[in-house]
Amino acid sequence: MGVEATAAASLQEVINWARKNSVWPVTFGLACCALEMMVASSSTYDIARFGAEVFRPSPRQADLMIVAGTVTRKMAPMLKRIYEQMPEPKWVIAYGACACSGGIFQTYNVVQGVDQIIPVDVYVPGCPPRPEGLLKGIITLQEKIAVEPAGQRNLVSLPWGNNG
Amino acid sequence: MTESRYMTINMGPQHPATHGVLRLLLELDGEIIVKAEPHIGYLHRGIEKLSESMTYPQALTLTDRLDYTSALSNNLAYCLAVEKLLDIKIPKRAQYLRVLMAELQRISAHLLWVATHALDLGAMTLLFYAFRERETITEILELATGARLTPSFIRIGGLASDIPDTFLPRVKAFVDDFPKRVDDYETLLTENIIWKKRTTNIASMSAEECIQYGITGPVLRASGISYDVRKAYPYSSYEDFDFEIPLGIHGDVYDRYLVRLKEMRQSNRIVQQAAEKLPNGPFAAVDAPLVVPPSKESVGRDIAALIRHFKIMEEGFRPPCGEVYASIESSKGELGFYLISDGTNKPFRMRIRPPSFINLAALPKMIVGQMVADVVAAIGSIDIVLGEIDR
Amino acid sequence: MAGNLLKETFPDAVQKIEDFRGETSVTVDAGKIREIMAFLKESEKLCYDLLLDLAGVDFNDCTPRFMIAYMLHSTKFNNKLRIKTTVAEGASLDTVSDIWLAANWMEREVFDMLGIIFNKHPNLIRILLTDDFVGHPLRKDFPVKGRDFDKPVQVCLEEEQ
Repeated sequence: MGVEATAAASLQEVINWARKNSVWPVTFGLACCALEMMVASSSTYDIARFGAEVFRPSPRQADLMIVAGTVTRKMAPMLKRIYEQMPEPKWVIAYGACACSGGIFQTYNVVQGVDQIIPVDVYVPGCPPRPEGLLKGIITLQEKIAVEPAGQRNLVSLPWGNNG
Repeated sequence: MTESRYMTINMGPQHPATHGVLRLLLELDGEIIVKAEPHIGYLHRGIEKLSESMTYPQALTLTDRLDYTSALSNNLAYCLAVEKLLDIKIPKRAQYLRVLMAELQRISAHLLWVATHALDLGAMTLLFYAFRERETITEILELATGARLTPSFIRIGGLASDIPDTFLPRVKAFVDDFPKRVDDYETLLTENIIWKKRTTNIASMSAEECIQYGITGPVLRASGISYDVRKAYPYSSYEDFDFEIPLGIHGDVYDRYLVRLKEMRQSNRIVQQAAEKLPNGPFAAVDAPLVVPPSKESVGRDIAALIRHFKIMEEGFRPPCGEVYASIESSKGELGFYLISDGTNKPFRMRIRPPSFINLAALPKMIVGQMVADVVAAIGSIDIVLGEIDR
Repeated sequence: MAGNLLKETFPDAVQKIEDFRGETSVTVDAGKIREIMAFLKESEKLCYDLLLDLAGVDFNDCTPRFMIAYMLHSTKFNNKLRIKTTVAEGASLDTVSDIWLAANWMEREVFDMLGIIFNKHPNLIRILLTDDFVGHPLRKDFPVKGRDFDKPVQVCLEEEQ
């Protein structure tokens, strides 16, 4: 392995380390699961231990979208728009049975899994999953980020669209 | 193109202060709201339609997910409707436990409300206090029901099981401690000058207006009308308990806050009485073998019980033809279930009277003429849950 | 009591008075619904001032096909009454949203879910579903899963078109 390659690999490790310890989620509570997401951020479960306590109301400042709840056909365009508004690099956790697969709501207005609209990194099943489930989801995501190879995600992102 | 002097702004459906996916279209003249139009349906999951394809016991699980802040209250309302249809009597122990759990759930829902409402108006500290107590209630309920948020524990005919021995001591410890915690919240907010400035005379509704809009629950009572289903049409032995209905005077955001805080204290009293007076006896109706499944022990021993259990779980039961309306006082207002049975094992029509939906319809009336910053206070004061509004 | 008073006041319009599990339902003519509702609200003896609920039901193979149920409560006398009326497919019903403002959204929901038209309603548009939704889900001939359940949901934002 050449010197450049080693240096690039170490640089990527540093970048991954920085990214995985500061995933800022966008506040995106849709339904029941949002309550458990709130509990996860309150004192008992304390999501801050994983560097993910900074819930941003604006997608422009967030790296992680926790889709907590049922996605309906009416909500789907908004969901996609908010995802598109998030700067790269970005990750998605589908939190709860509805976001994973539509859950118990096999009806005319429910999207049967948010992965039909946006790419999902981690699925957390349960109806609703416990707050520990979200913490586990975030840990799994951190493990995933830690081994991301160079070039998989853009290093910086530019607000006008082509993401550097 | 004509120039409009008003600015239109869009609020939601993804907005931290709309408590879910409510969308508001506001027309502003400077900072004054001249027109407000709520757009709902972003969480419409088709619960009413879906229930028509499920048997009566199965449809119970859908009710948990209506007003997800107080799932047990929804269970109770649905079960009361089906039991009215079936005309079965529930044993006293089950009734008292239902009251106990519904009131704990009301406290939990009000705690969530006060936490998020205060957070929206800039008082973040309360969130951590209120969530601490809410977590205690969630754990107590989990102890009995096995689930934190969606227990489906109140079943048609009674309860899913009896409570464990450790349940009542924990409930008692909680009720003894809780009034002091409410005092803490009051220290933080009630006389807080910023809180008062942000809530007094905001989004006021007179008693006549509330009636005209069909508003129920704490919002109605904050305007001085004493309509509470627990007193007006007592269900599940509420007549056995001693409690008061707190009333407001001005019908503004501050009065709604006061009413809800007082309600938490009253609910605490009811929980205390229910825990003290809890009678012994069966936890589900004994004279309704076609509705209440047999116990686990008898299923293991007796083939007839096993078959009966299987039949109830698989096919449900067939209530007589007819239509009933049963309602309870949930934390948001009158939650009603209007059930029509055609004699089959599935509801022909299950109409839910969602209190938040009807209360939210009055939001434009509340906020037109107010400042844009007060919209958040008004939305918070109605205490909406989108799962129930959109169903 | 309310049923009998209604029968005396509107002898032609009241079709049926039922009692089931302690609840009274009065079935009335759809044409007279506004007069009856105004009477129930204004009458000193009844004073049904709170419209609790308005539900639409589809009885698929019956004629007339639809039923609308109004749930009323009197804050003065503390009792409830259900008024029912029937609407044929394609027919319409007079709105009560000027008698009770609460009826505004409830009627919109019935329109959205069942496709029943309310005459003179100030803003009769869909409330829960999107404007381009085809069909009315609570009709019995509408499948629970909708028509394109198995197809993946395509979302195309404006800027992508």
